[in-house]
Amino acid sequence: MPVTKKKLREVALSEQEYKRVVELLDRQPNDVELGMIGVLWSEHCSYKTSRPLLRRLPSSGSRVLQGPGENAGAIDVGEGWAAVFKIESHNHPSAIEPYQGAATGVGGILRDVAAMGARPVALLDSLRFGPLPESRRLFDGVVSGIGGYGNCVGVPTVGGEVYFEPAYAGNPVVNAMCLGLVPTERLRKARAEGVGNLLLLAGADTGRDGIHGASFASLELDDSSEERRPAVQVGNPFLEKCLIEALQELAESTAVIGIQDLGAAGLTSAVAEAASKAGSGALIDVAEVPRREQGMSPYEVMLSESQERMLLIVKRGRQAEVQKVLERWDLHSAVIGMVTGDGHLDVVEGREQVARVPVDVLTSLCPTRTLEAKPPDHSRYRLDLTEIREEPADPTATLLRLLAHPNLCSRRPVVRQYDHMVGNATVVRPGGDAAMIRINGTQIGIAMTTDGSGRYCELDPYLGAQIAIAEAARNIVATGARPVAITDCLNFGNPDKPDVYWQLEETISGMANACRALDLPIVSGNVSLYNDTDGRSIYPTPVIGMVGVIDDYSKRLEAGFKEDGDFVLLVGVTANDLGGSHYLEVEHGVFAGRPPEVDLLQERAVLEFILAAAAAGLLRSAHDVAEGGMLVALAECCLMSKKGMRGPPLSAGGDLRFDALLFGETQGRFLVSLPSRSMPEIQNLARKHRIEIQMLGMTGGDQLEFEGQFKVSLEEMERAHEGGLG
Amino acid sequence: MKFGVVVFPGTWSDRDCGQVIEQVLGAEVRYLWHKDRDLQGCDCVILPGGFSYGDYLRCGAIARFSPVMESVVTFAEHGGLVWGICNGFQVLCETGLLPGALIRNEACQFRCEPAHLFVERADLIYTANLDRGAVLEIPISHGEGNYFADPATLSQIEQNGQVVFRYCQPDGLVVPAANPNGSLHNIAGIVNEAGNVLGMMPHPERRAEVELGGEDGLKLFNSVVDAMNDILVAS
Repeated sequence: MPVTKKKLREVALSEQEYKRVVELLDRQPNDVELGMIGVLWSEHCSYKTSRPLLRRLPSSGSRVLQGPGENAGAIDVGEGWAAVFKIESHNHPSAIEPYQGAATGVGGILRDVAAMGARPVALLDSLRFGPLPESRRLFDGVVSGIGGYGNCVGVPTVGGEVYFEPAYAGNPVVNAMCLGLVPTERLRKARAEGVGNLLLLAGADTGRDGIHGASFASLELDDSSEERRPAVQVGNPFLEKCLIEALQELAESTAVIGIQDLGAAGLTSAVAEAASKAGSGALIDVAEVPRREQGMSPYEVMLSESQERMLLIVKRGRQAEVQKVLERWDLHSAVIGMVTGDGHLDVVEGREQVARVPVDVLTSLCPTRTLEAKPPDHSRYRLDLTEIREEPADPTATLLRLLAHPNLCSRRPVVRQYDHMVGNATVVRPGGDAAMIRINGTQIGIAMTTDGSGRYCELDPYLGAQIAIAEAARNIVATGARPVAITDCLNFGNPDKPDVYWQLEETISGMANACRALDLPIVSGNVSLYNDTDGRSIYPTPVIGMVGVIDDYSKRLEAGFKEDGDFVLLVGVTANDLGGSHYLEVEHGVFAGRPPEVDLLQERAVLEFILAAAAAGLLRSAHDVAEGGMLVALAECCLMSKKGMRGPPLSAGGDLRFDALLFGETQGRFLVSLPSRSMPEIQNLARKHRIEIQMLGMTGGDQLEFEGQFKVSLEEMERAHEGGLG
Repeated sequence: MKFGVVVFPGTWSDRDCGQVIEQVLGAEVRYLWHKDRDLQGCDCVILPGGFSYGDYLRCGAIARFSPVMESVVTFAEHGGLVWGICNGFQVLCETGLLPGALIRNEACQFRCEPAHLFVERADLIYTANLDRGAVLEIPISHGEGNYFADPATLSQIEQNGQVVFRYCQPDGLVVPAANPNGSLHNIAGIVNEAGNVLGMMPHPERRAEVELGGEDGLKLFNSVVDAMNDILVAS
């Protein structure tokens, strides 16, 4: 029976792809097979557009235990512990139903980490919305959805970021990152190995929710998206918690061969992936799948995206001992099939064959797409600095406006909706550069951050991507931890548009370059394309989730000043980097120019200098100088510690503009504070690392002051900073 | 001295309490599974934070019917120490071991942030190492911690001196601005008339180490250990 265009639209396959399916099968697929192939060939599951580009990213390193391809990546963090982590997008569901969209995003990433055998111990969220107040409903819904899920599961949300730009008005970015811990020898893999072993489906019963969610995520949003609301799933964090605990109880069980989370494309994807990785096949009897609704067709069972489900590959004959643990947590489970050896995914309903597709047709044989790349017209972003006066009219007023800017102001209204302390391990709480959790029972600290400036990437995706990685690395280093590995989420518009595909290419090149220069492998990640509303794309937004390690967390640093009478130094060189800055926007109403250059060799030297100084115990605090520039960073150090700072008047010198000194966003810079007795050593260390340091002043008092030039009270700054999110 | 920590499936402060008891206090801990009735001879039973059975209906509404709670109620009625923290406080109100109820925070949002507590009672086993009027810094983390009681019950509680902790400013002033969730009379923790059942919304187990922000919570644990050791020695 020939397929209709309507049917192809429903499964989101092109006519060309359909022809390829027929070629590969050597026959027409039936409806169930077509549905299964459709979801697995969706961009969301197959990465058919991004895969050729992603190969450019480095993924190996001495600490890497598991690179891309499993449920999550894993690195060795010392003393027999592995950190397992991944970031994932839930943009489209959140656009349609912000609370559940965000909540199930958190649920999905927790399961990815739990499926590796790890106990999830930290969550971070990277969010982008349109401006407030218009985006208030989405912003509030997403934040409470994240809290609603994470708080109930009992995993602390320790970090993340949120930015507001018009480009995200219809299509927010909601990326959730999770990190888990597991003794290295207990790392699990999602492999359906051993012919005759059993497929045990555990957790929630299967319903009709979320069918075609993966396909939905691979289409642009438009007026009809609202009708897709049923494709957004509803989360049950309590069930998820039971699932995580049960998997932890099974951590040492040799009856469990492999674990695979059920996420996008549900059972179809989970079984195909697990069989594909093991080079095996699988037989599923949909009649054995526990349902929460009556009358579900095999098609619906295979494509349901019901949440809180996990596929366990269990040794034949040992299912009872596994099910006993699941029952202890009141979790349903059922043997729904077995591992086979013929490389096919067979679906039966009782005695009736429903589908039979080679596993590789579902997975590796999905055709990749190479698209046309063309740089967009950037003339509207042209910037001539000579046309802009070099002195801010009133630096105090400008600083206060920047501190109140929704992108730079205090995140307290968000952070306090998340339990960031459960687990008794959060040794650096949210609000600084990176958060840190300790591994209880050791001195090891794990620092985590997410970063990614869509603004910079819109102006220059190559530079923007480098900045995202450099800034994430500075955030980690500001805690005294060494950056070790990355998980990334690439959020882009419709890649069929040549300028979007060009942005994707440039971003990945920039990332690859920065990763190599800073020795940072990317061990896991996710790509979210088609982030368009009514034909308008979001800013190219690579979100970098970075993880760092410090051997002794008692040596950690925080951003706020610690003591009165400490010296405050600016580390690094400042240039006339005003392109894309928040200063230009706030002071001159301009969003234009080229983002700051990143000198990767210099960046690396600065990072090593800060790490050496921190390890030697010379520093009392360290803070990355980022968006908003030096003055904003200084204000943040003051606000976090409720301590002021006083110094001699600033002068730019050379051809450095005064506004660039105060508010420029030059990369590779830190603010550090240290006791005066450490000065000789820090000067030596700076010489050794060839790093420029400049004394700015001394901590203390209740004002940020450069004598005779600039003075603002902590109270005024705090009022501006705290009120920014309304 | 042996602590029991009750574990409902949705409990998540069990391991935090266990970590404090074992690693910080060096005392013994037993985890008490919700389906079991045996309290294993524990001297003090902690009902920790979490979402007992998901708490989609009402916090603690299902937990009160669990097998373990039958034993906890009997234990409390015989004078045993029962200490409800956060979700545990909610469960104690649901079971009727403590008066009143905990409803949604006034702001209708979850709140996880430091709170300051004015100590009203220093004569309890839980607070024996403190002074009346002392201020503790202990964080809250809840969506439904807004203490409510009808006027008669509230006045009874106050008359009996059952309020143990009130939210206050760092300087100890009990004012509306220091109230994070809308609790009546800034109530953060109460005790039953007999003084053996304590319920509190803040999380003392999260303030038992300097590295995690302070040791004010540890003072409560130490009070219990010291008092119980005295009793155990005396008997």
